[in-house]
Amino acid sequence: MIQLSRWKVILLSVSLVLGLLFAFPNALSPAQRDALPGFVPKGALNLGLDLQGGSYLLLEVDTDAMRVKRVDNLVEDVRVTLREAQININALQREQGGVVISLASNEQANAAFTALRTLAGGANQQGVQERTVSRVGGDRIRYGFTQAALDGMGATAVDQSIEVVRRRIDSLGTREPSITRQGADRIVVQAPGESDPTALERVIGQTAQLTFQMVDSENSVQDAVAGRVPPDSQLLIGDDGVTPYLVKRRVLVSGENLTRASVDADQSGRPAIGFRFDGVGARRFGEATAANIGKPFAIILDGKVISAPRINGAITGGSGIIEGQFSIAEASEMVNLLNGGALPAPLRVEERRVVTAELGADAVAAGALSTLIGFIIIVAFMILAYGFLFGGVSVLGLILNGILIVAAMSLTQATLTLPGIAGLVLTFAVAVDANVLIYERMRDEARSGRSVIASMDAGFNKAMGTIIDANLTTLVAAGIMFVFGAGPVRGFAWTLTIGVFTSMFSSVLVAQVLLAYWLKVAKPKKLPIADAETVR
Amino acid sequence: MTWWPLIRILPQKTNLHFVKYARYAAVISVVLCVASIVACFYPGLNMGIDFRGGASMEVAKPAGQVVDLEAVRSSVSELNLGDVGVQGIARRDTNANDGSTAILRFQVPEGRDQTQVVQQVEQAVSTAVGQVTYSGVSVVGSKVSGELFTSGLMALGLAIVLMFAYIWFRFEPQFGFGAVAGLLHDVILTFGLIVLFRLEFSLNMVAAILTVIGYSMNDTVVVFDRLRENLRKYKTMPLRDVIDLSLNETLSRTIITGVTAVMVLGALAVFGGEALFGFSIALMFGIIIGTYSSIYVGAPIILLWGVKRGELADDAKPVKLGMASRP
Repeated sequence: MIQLSRWKVILLSVSLVLGLLFAFPNALSPAQRDALPGFVPKGALNLGLDLQGGSYLLLEVDTDAMRVKRVDNLVEDVRVTLREAQININALQREQGGVVISLASNEQANAAFTALRTLAGGANQQGVQERTVSRVGGDRIRYGFTQAALDGMGATAVDQSIEVVRRRIDSLGTREPSITRQGADRIVVQAPGESDPTALERVIGQTAQLTFQMVDSENSVQDAVAGRVPPDSQLLIGDDGVTPYLVKRRVLVSGENLTRASVDADQSGRPAIGFRFDGVGARRFGEATAANIGKPFAIILDGKVISAPRINGAITGGSGIIEGQFSIAEASEMVNLLNGGALPAPLRVEERRVVTAELGADAVAAGALSTLIGFIIIVAFMILAYGFLFGGVSVLGLILNGILIVAAMSLTQATLTLPGIAGLVLTFAVAVDANVLIYERMRDEARSGRSVIASMDAGFNKAMGTIIDANLTTLVAAGIMFVFGAGPVRGFAWTLTIGVFTSMFSSVLVAQVLLAYWLKVAKPKKLPIADAETVR
Repeated sequence: MTWWPLIRILPQKTNLHFVKYARYAAVISVVLCVASIVACFYPGLNMGIDFRGGASMEVAKPAGQVVDLEAVRSSVSELNLGDVGVQGIARRDTNANDGSTAILRFQVPEGRDQTQVVQQVEQAVSTAVGQVTYSGVSVVGSKVSGELFTSGLMALGLAIVLMFAYIWFRFEPQFGFGAVAGLLHDVILTFGLIVLFRLEFSLNMVAAILTVIGYSMNDTVVVFDRLRENLRKYKTMPLRDVIDLSLNETLSRTIITGVTAVMVLGALAVFGGEALFGFSIALMFGIIIGTYSSIYVGAPIILLWGVKRGELADDAKPVKLGMASRP
């Protein structure tokens, strides 16, 4: 209705004030924003990585590799348990999630079944039975993970990986990193600003699995290199990338039992890594060292032997140092990795996007310039087409629209990306479309001989349905982009969505209020935008 | 000043016979659509790394120094990474094409670790031309790129289906067919244009096409809205005349909004920098195509199917006119 209704004026004033209030922090520098008192909104536009610079990494957690490794350990447990129970294994056959053991006789199988049932244990804290043992045929036993345990492994691994990645990135001192889960087994890491992507990746990429294992001194390394690796040993290379080591598969103590690592120094003052085990780790390490005095053991990080010292005496205190060929910087990075915990599964980088801050600033400048020029073009065009009054009214609507968009984006902290800026510019064009629809409708009505008030009234009323219908289609398109799109496209969709709402609101409301006021004050006899003939 | 505001000198009432020329427009549209579809396969879309997988890196030296493109190419080629492309571009800060900045493109072969490949490439570049800075790096693995491509196409398909459902719901099936024909026309021609201009088909381009879909629907809805209204108002007027009338009545709005959008996108293409160029060009032409299609594809298609006008009328009286479909 084209009359100056009080609530419309109030609504318009309130939205203008709120819009200005929430858009206002963008006019300040970050330091000024921080100095604002608590009750004032401080959120400025949240620029995407493509505008402020930064790194985006999409990591995939290799849960399959982790399951294979877990089965490896399970097989080793079986070997050790049966050896201790003095049961001979005829054959071991690995299969999905477990192993099938063939034994010499039924009696042996019975004994093995009992021993393995003890090994399997009961349900864990969450009430899930993790390992299961069953007879398959007379002298064959299957030992393996339950389906529930296998299913749970993947999800747990991703959760743990996110935690570990977060701790590691924090140790780098990266500003406001965002680490989120995507889909079943992916992690998205976004680090804004001038962070060093190479360091980021190096820190994330390492599994940091630390194990202490005995060196196999009964068999020769040369034989193993030639291809004859004993079944319970494995061939590894040293930190230098050349020296081969033959190491027992059985893990004495692993990084899970580590409570703290620190940068230390050895007797000659070279950098070394100090470590301390928890109770369980200290006991196991004590037992193992007591039983193997005089033999060498290997300290292995991510499949590489860092050092292989000889055990001089039982180490019962649960702490020690790792000597190796590292610089202080390498030692402290390793310490950070160890303290951050091991990744339960290897991470693979699947996608990376790095934008430097300068590149981002260029994009912001280009985006701002084209927005400004686009705005000027629209203003000029609307005033040329509809005159100062009607054109000017839609320009005022456009300005309110701009303020509201900035305010809404700042308030919701939605990410503004480079395509998002394009969305913003396009929103301006679509915003005046609402005015154009209304004005054209008014002209139609004036043409069919109605009075100024009647045609303006009908213009608003009849155009409204069309405006809503037309804008809903844009919302549908934006919704799809939001669901299917990644990163920058989502930003675009979000900007478009906010723009649809603010532009419908501001172009219609501003026009209604201002034109109603004009009607009241000027009491016009004719519609200024009506066709020339009608005016005459 | 009788010429200003400009809107007053627009013809008061246009009386263009759009429908009369629809069959010629249809021939042109069909030919262009077929050509566009063929072009999407031969020579094919210029797939960006979002969808093809691979890497692009911006390599820069301080102003005044020159990156030896040939040296970079041969050094990186030794890593067996498939096609290696090196191309000089304008410097970011001064916008001068002084040879100090280049874009390096390569593939990450399946089964090779992305992190390692990137490190090897960076090493190869430093051995070839010495110390450089990397300002924009994008690497997309083959797995992710495949998924992005699928979800991109799904988004386009879903958009068209949802728009059809929306129009069906808000208007009626015949209108829905018209709208979808118009949408398919716009999407196909925009693809053709992307091939013609050798624009890079990337995630942003999918966003551009989705926006074109949104805009084209917007335009179509405005026309259909008026058409529905006029069908109620002039119950005895032949369908083709009602369509012509509705198109003429909405013509000034169509032109004003279209011109505004195209001008603004033109500004974006000129001043928005390289990153937005392809995006704005595709949007600009998509909007022009969308405007054309709501006049010459969407509405005339309704004529092919015909409209049951009784259902549209406010009162339930069946009206026997204009039922026959007249192509």
